[in-house]
Amino acid sequence: MGGSEAAFSVEARDPVERFHTDREYEQQLTSLREQVLFMGACVEELLTGAVEAFQERDTERARRVATLDRQVDRLEVDIDDACLQVLARRQPVASDLRFVTTALKVVTDLERIGDLATNICARVIELGAHTSSAGRETIGKMADTTRSMLRDALDAFVAGDALRAQAVIERDARVDKLYADLFPLLIARMTSQPEIVDQAMRVLSIAKHLERIADHATNLAEMVVFMVKGEDVRHARGGDVRG
Amino acid sequence: MDLVGRPADAGRVAFEREASSSRAPSAPFAGAPNGEHAQSDADAVASRAQTSKMRTEELRAFFGRSEVIRGITLPIPEKKVTAIIGPSGCGKSTFIRCLNRMHEVVPGARSTGKVLLDGQEISRGVDPVRIRRRVGMVFQKPNPFPTMSIRDNVLAGLRLNGLRPKDPASLVESALRRVALWDEVKDGLGRSGLSLSGGQQQRLCIARTLATEPEVILMDEPCSALDPIATARVEELIHELQSSYTIVIVTHNMQQAARVSDYTAFFYMGELIEHGRTDAMFTRPRQQKTEDYITGRFG
Repeated sequence: MGGSEAAFSVEARDPVERFHTDREYEQQLTSLREQVLFMGACVEELLTGAVEAFQERDTERARRVATLDRQVDRLEVDIDDACLQVLARRQPVASDLRFVTTALKVVTDLERIGDLATNICARVIELGAHTSSAGRETIGKMADTTRSMLRDALDAFVAGDALRAQAVIERDARVDKLYADLFPLLIARMTSQPEIVDQAMRVLSIAKHLERIADHATNLAEMVVFMVKGEDVRHARGGDVRG
Repeated sequence: MDLVGRPADAGRVAFEREASSSRAPSAPFAGAPNGEHAQSDADAVASRAQTSKMRTEELRAFFGRSEVIRGITLPIPEKKVTAIIGPSGCGKSTFIRCLNRMHEVVPGARSTGKVLLDGQEISRGVDPVRIRRRVGMVFQKPNPFPTMSIRDNVLAGLRLNGLRPKDPASLVESALRRVALWDEVKDGLGRSGLSLSGGQQQRLCIARTLATEPEVILMDEPCSALDPIATARVEELIHELQSSYTIVIVTHNMQQAARVSDYTAFFYMGELIEHGRTDAMFTRPRQQKTEDYITGRFG
């Protein structure tokens, strides 16, 4: 009898091996997973487009990319509804329950990431053709890390890979550090060149958005750990002040 | 629910009990070891802050040469609801029938290992009739005695045990109140038990069990023949009874186990696969077999 083990040992299951007896239920869960992935892909595209529009000062592109946010919002509503349907009609338990409740929460964070990326687009449009290089390099680094965090969190969700999710959580500190370093740098630039305050404030705002996006990607990763292992790893890092 | 006349109190004033069958929970059988035995880690989950009302140790049950329970050690915490789940034929009904000596009633059936009630071995050497009064049972199909009135059905268990209640009227009332049936039947206690709906009949059978003042109530699929409303009433009743009785429920309905129980045991092919708190069992089971069964992936 295994009823006494202290640690839970249910590992990521091979999704190919264990189908539901009821194929239609299996299909519902599969389609829910695909919808979440599609929403994730839209959000990634939105974020990538926003960052590239900033780097190229391409206001047209920023405008185009920002329209993706509508689709992200619609997907959030659709996925919420699909989750409620499964909860009401299938009463999922165990790993299925963790998957459905995770999906419910994941879409909230994805939607927030979409909003923040849209905000970046708005700042890019405001910046217009201003070409000051202030902060551009740091923003590039922040964007690379943040995008890889989002991508890995989504991949971990698909693969049920708690290790990869854990690595995402650890990478958040890097983004926080880049933001913390950028802040005094921009303050110094603004002090010495008051004429760029307007631009620098917008760049700072973009950095702040990226830092928040990394936080949301961290949330996603924490949910994936819960989904796979049944362990809640949120708030496990003590009382550090983030961001 | 009306708490007037809880059977434990009503029983004391209503009829004389044999002196030897005192049921003070703090003083089980004289000389019996108290409650907990050598603590195997199998019940660490259940007994952390709990005493076991019953407990099986290496219980094996046979029908002829076929072994249907294969060495089950399971604590049954006092005044808690323990649900037993598992596919058909996994031995869950046989298991609870071992808890009140009903298994041996079947020709060719036998068991080995221990069944403990308040720490005392009850699977042999004691009067099975006395055990069945302390460990009552409610069956899958409501089975009121067809020729008896509602009133006589409530009293039937006592009479079969040779007990003569002093005040049968108040005993009948308190038992029927306890199962929330009183208001529905008080004006027709002389009617046949079969005149009631299925859900009412099942509550009547529970009242019949309660009238004998059991300490443990075994329920074998008590709602499988009932509609959702009647099921909800029985489930509410289980919640009510839990403060006074130790309950073991066998169910095919996983959601029911999740709704009513504190602890869940998953049986598969006569073995205990997993046992633990119900809240953990249905959110993060430890065993792949449990996971597959409760999510419906059992092939």
